Amino acid sequence: MDDKRDALRDEFLAEAQEIVESLSRDLLVLDQSQKEGRIDPDLVNEVFRAVHTLKGVAGMFGYSQLGNIAHHLEDLLDALRLGRVELSQEALDVLFEGVDDFQRLLSDEREGTGDRDDSPRRSRPPSSIGAAAMPSVLPPPPPLPGASRPPAQASPAAAAAPAVREVDPLSRLDLDSSVLTVLTEYEEHRLRTNVQQGVALYRLRVRFSLTSIDASLEDLKARAKPVGEIITYLPSMDGGDGDHIDLDVLLASRASPTDLRDLLCSGDAVLTEVAIKRDVKTPVPKAPSSVPEVAMHRGSTAPTDPEPGLVRSHETREISADQLSLRSVASTVRVDIRKLDHLMNIVGELAIVRSAVGRVTERIRGRPELRQLAIDLHRVNRGFERHLAELQDGILDVRMVPLGHVFDKLARVVRQVGREHGKDVRLTVTGADTEVDKLIVEELSDPLMHIIRNAIDHGIEQPDARHSAGKSRTGTLALNAYQKGNHVVIEVEDDGAGMDEIKLRETAIRKGIATAESARDMSRDEAYNLIFVPGFSTSATVTDISGRGVGMDVVKTNISRLGGVIDVQTEVGVGTKFTITLPVTLAIISALLVRVRDRQFAIPIAAVQEAIVLDSKFVRTVEGRQVLSLRGSTLPLCRLTDLFHLDERSDAGQRQFVVVSALGSRRLGFVVDSLEGQQDIVIKSLGKSLSNVRGLAGATDLGDQRVCLVLDAPGLLEEVLSTTDVSVGAGGWA
Amino acid sequence: MSLRVLIVDDSSAMRAFVRAALEEDGSVDVVESTSGFEALRILPRESFDVVIVDVNMPDINGLELVSFLRKTPQHRNTPVIIISTEASSRDQERGIALGANAFLSKPFEPQELRALVARTRAGSGG
Repeated sequence: MDDKRDALRDEFLAEAQEIVESLSRDLLVLDQSQKEGRIDPDLVNEVFRAVHTLKGVAGMFGYSQLGNIAHHLEDLLDALRLGRVELSQEALDVLFEGVDDFQRLLSDEREGTGDRDDSPRRSRPPSSIGAAAMPSVLPPPPPLPGASRPPAQASPAAAAAPAVREVDPLSRLDLDSSVLTVLTEYEEHRLRTNVQQGVALYRLRVRFSLTSIDASLEDLKARAKPVGEIITYLPSMDGGDGDHIDLDVLLASRASPTDLRDLLCSGDAVLTEVAIKRDVKTPVPKAPSSVPEVAMHRGSTAPTDPEPGLVRSHETREISADQLSLRSVASTVRVDIRKLDHLMNIVGELAIVRSAVGRVTERIRGRPELRQLAIDLHRVNRGFERHLAELQDGILDVRMVPLGHVFDKLARVVRQVGREHGKDVRLTVTGADTEVDKLIVEELSDPLMHIIRNAIDHGIEQPDARHSAGKSRTGTLALNAYQKGNHVVIEVEDDGAGMDEIKLRETAIRKGIATAESARDMSRDEAYNLIFVPGFSTSATVTDISGRGVGMDVVKTNISRLGGVIDVQTEVGVGTKFTITLPVTLAIISALLVRVRDRQFAIPIAAVQEAIVLDSKFVRTVEGRQVLSLRGSTLPLCRLTDLFHLDERSDAGQRQFVVVSALGSRRLGFVVDSLEGQQDIVIKSLGKSLSNVRGLAGATDLGDQRVCLVLDAPGLLEEVLSTTDVSVGAGGWA
Repeated sequence: MSLRVLIVDDSSAMRAFVRAALEEDGSVDVVESTSGFEALRILPRESFDVVIVDVNMPDINGLELVSFLRKTPQHRNTPVIIISTEASSRDQERGIALGANAFLSKPFEPQELRALVARTRAGSGG
């Protein structure tokens, strides 16, 4: 029973999260279109529907706080979609705030501190979207135009009220009542609005094959969207059989009937214009202000036109064209990422089995009488290997999600922070479809959010300052993502004030992060990298936004935890660019196995640029650090024997190798005794007691009962390059 | 004989809720449909003891589906329950006028749904 409850709760959370995410995306589009003055009513309705659904499920599952917020937003959205309130920036503020509240409540719930009525803990104060926020946006609901009531409900008082002046446009439509009675309130509203605006109305009768109806409809929608608005789809029984169904699509459009037919009619589809009656029953009410007797007709006579023939008698033409697409729409399932982790672990175990079988094969091969058997076994194992690789790729592929998920969230932050600071910021995004492991995407949003807040808070200037600097008043923040080999690169670039290296040095000295001498000797890049040092902040005032106790040092730590690095480039007056380089996945990686003395280590191949034989002739010592001259440039070296205090025996006369590791703009050479090949590994954590040992990302099982430590290449690159002392860990293990 | 129920709702959480509520009673065969279109595909080929429809769905709404069911000889007498939010009494009334047997307002308890299903079934004589 409890399992069932948990499963239901998970179902609710997954759906609510999905709704909130798409809501957030839609709001951003609305925000943009509001600024450009072309609002898509379909989208407003979609947002309404999303909130409506959320309210419904929240109520069902006992999440009253979530339900209350949704309820408030729903009221506002209902007024917006029915045209009673105009979509303003203030209204959007309320909606965006609501989305933030939803996010917060949902993440509380996931962490077990939610507002569920039967949950023992209720921590949060009521939402900001309460009675206080609403009235400013939502005027007291004006009396609905009586016309929007269905005939059955129109109270005598409303019908007689002088407020109802206009004839209901729906009553002029030559549509039979069976159509009007199945419309929802919103569909009725859209129908009325279109007719009032003089948009022609069409009925498109299309026959669909039941097996491909989803795809065919998507296709029809896509074609109709640019030229009109689909009010609804009415299933019709006449003419349907077991394999097909006829739908009447009610479409409002300004396009000519001929164009519509060309565009929409295929197979035996029939397009009919719905006539607007201007005669007989309704005396043409061109002056809508005072025609009370017409208003009284509304409801009683109009929608009950019983003559079905009438529709067809008005300019009916039938056109046949090609068949609608038969493409089928893919179904999707939601899967808990932990289940994928589990599958990936099994793949890792299978890879170990494969290696073990390979070794057994080798042993059998050594026995002449079993040679044929060895060959067969080898072949079988090859097949197994191939399928295993496919399985692994398949699972990895499933884990990948587009960065767009996190970019959407960031767009909201940009809007909010920009408004709080009175700065006008335009966000441009490229590469939103670049795919990254789901877990990395999750972990990315906080660091990126922080960088973006910083960029708007400290980087982009006030509009006036920008203007006097000869820049456009609107600042630009660019979010670019692209794949580069095994890595994904994300750039956050602003066109703000940039950072002044002299000021950075001064701050470092003042805060005791650097001495006057070391600050002077720093290179420019080193000075810029000061912002990543704990305790450093370039801002004179700590604002609410950037100063939440999280600095760029935390951003850097989070990025390196994901196996990535962050670089910064900046120019005074021009702007700042942060470049984050990340692995595509952490689930399973290809690694180079190396040996140092009697120990094996794995170095993630993504961090390996090349491996070369170490020629001691080219090794020099510069400022206490060994460097290798490599093709004209200088490569700092890191001896793993020193790093981990392994057996200090002399290396003299022994051939050694340098594994050149590069990430972002950094390069480092690891000196090892031998290279032992490449293998896919699943990294296991070292457990709590060892998790703080620097230089190690984890451990892996190589399949022959050998455990091998995995080097944390990004961490070491940072660590070693920022200090001359290359030894880590207090004791060492030798 | 086991009860065969079709639930048409675009919310997966709602479908899960309805399924869990009905399965509590044992032998219930719940068929889920995620949209009005999908229901149109299922309905001509199958029969159900009860059909539960959410009113507020995109594209083909619940009212249209009720109207369709009543026009289909095979489903003329199939008990239909419509689900809507409490605010939409307009839709509930229309649903009943179009031939739905009963309506439920969200939020509701699992036992309310079970009782209503039992009642509409008995009422239809099936």
